Amino acid sequence: MTATNKKIEVRNLFKSYQERRTRKRSPRDCPHQHECLVLKNINFSVAPEKFTCFIGPSGCGKSTLLRIIAGFEKPVAGKVLIDGKKVKGPSSKHIFVFQEDGLFPWMTASQNIALGAGKTSGPEERRKQVEEYLDLVGLKGFEKHYPHELSGGMRRRAEVARALITNPDILFMDEPFAALDYLTRLQMREEMLNVHAMFKSTILFITHDIDEALQLADQLIILSDRPGKIKADISLPYPHPRDLGTGELSRLRKEIYFLMGLHPAL
Amino acid sequence: MRVYRYSKYLYPTLTFLVLTVAWALLVRLLHVSPYKMPGPLAVTRGLWHLALSGRLFDYTIASLYRVTWGYYMAVACAIPAGLVLGRWGTGRALFNPLIQFLRPISPLAWIPLAMMWFGVGDQPAIFLIFLSSFFPMVVFTMSGVAGIKSTYLRVAENFGIRGTAFYLKVLLPGAFPDILVGLRITLGTAWLVIVAAEMIAVKSGLGYLILDARNSLNMDQVIGGMIIIGITGLCLDRAICMLENLDSTRWLKIYR
Repeated sequence: MTATNKKIEVRNLFKSYQERRTRKRSPRDCPHQHECLVLKNINFSVAPEKFTCFIGPSGCGKSTLLRIIAGFEKPVAGKVLIDGKKVKGPSSKHIFVFQEDGLFPWMTASQNIALGAGKTSGPEERRKQVEEYLDLVGLKGFEKHYPHELSGGMRRRAEVARALITNPDILFMDEPFAALDYLTRLQMREEMLNVHAMFKSTILFITHDIDEALQLADQLIILSDRPGKIKADISLPYPHPRDLGTGELSRLRKEIYFLMGLHPAL
Repeated sequence: MRVYRYSKYLYPTLTFLVLTVAWALLVRLLHVSPYKMPGPLAVTRGLWHLALSGRLFDYTIASLYRVTWGYYMAVACAIPAGLVLGRWGTGRALFNPLIQFLRPISPLAWIPLAMMWFGVGDQPAIFLIFLSSFFPMVVFTMSGVAGIKSTYLRVAENFGIRGTAFYLKVLLPGAFPDILVGLRITLGTAWLVIVAAEMIAVKSGLGYLILDARNSLNMDQVIGGMIIIGITGLCLDRAICMLENLDSTRWLKIYR
């Protein structure tokens, strides 16, 4: 790869947390008494406008890795470059969709979405823009609703709309659909593909669901158990829609299940 | 629906009715001296007398006036102070010990000083109400800020919400659950303190009414005054509770 087609580059990244507990955890968790290593020597790069999925066992540091790339946390060693520049902190060009509900519960759907709307444009223009994005995620008619009056899927959609309205350069999503029921999750999956095709944002997406990753990703990064290391960095140049039951993808799926320590018969 | 309505209005009324009847019976059957405990009828007569003279209304308004001023000023100072201190570690380290030191001192202990500073009249009473409300309100607001989900703060950071917008759109509503509890509790305290303050510093108000009635041994008016204090306190609490039902605060009930 040449320097120009690297949107994000992570180099020799380490992250550890200070052990703050008075009672020590099990030695397996934290071999060093005061520090708990979460990420160990992470190296990878992401090309512009690609959809990258991260999978790995619980607690392997996926979320931490994403938060570091987004600038919410600092690594203890190594660096993250976005467009060749070192990440110093969060930016409104790089929007994070958190695992938990991130909509402000004290604002209506449209007020929440308006947070991301352009600050330079006039109020009338902003209102139109918000309307457009509400429509885009299928929330027309719900603009005056507060988050607690929306279903789980609608809340996720509103949050995605709030992220998209900023026209983000990079979209970080940390298990955004984990709390949704199976059917809604499938629906959201499809919508994510449309969103990616439409917006051309670079997307970094954490999931527990191997099938979800295989259907969405252009690039798939598999992390190991803690301390998280990169176990595999797979390119998935297959067209959508993808059938996971046959051909190359089916073989890959079995391989990933095996890599994750699961029986392929699953 | 019917049961709900009954439990909301009928049952509380029933409680008070039964208590009043029991009160009347006990006083009559045990032949209690009216100087120790007048019966409900005597109290009603006393209240009626006070109402006719106009003092009841004037004194209630006088008390409410002082509480309102002291309480509003305290809230207006305490919420911004609490929001700022909640976010500013150095400020917290500087001022929190002072707040925690002043907070447990009963506002009543300030009465001598308040009278020396402000003389006699509304001002010392308002000052005492201010003291009784300010410190707890700061603490409630600070803990409200500390309790804001870190996700919301990250979202605010991510969307570049800074300065005034951050305080008004994120911190204040985010801390509102605790602020609301604080508003309710401090209003109760303010109402407690005003009665005590009025027994000393002024010549009007419900506290003065009780003291004055005691001095002339009108025990029916003493109890009448207590009842009015109770009812007014109840109304104030109900009014604060209405804040919980605003569109933008209704989320509290679901998220807690």
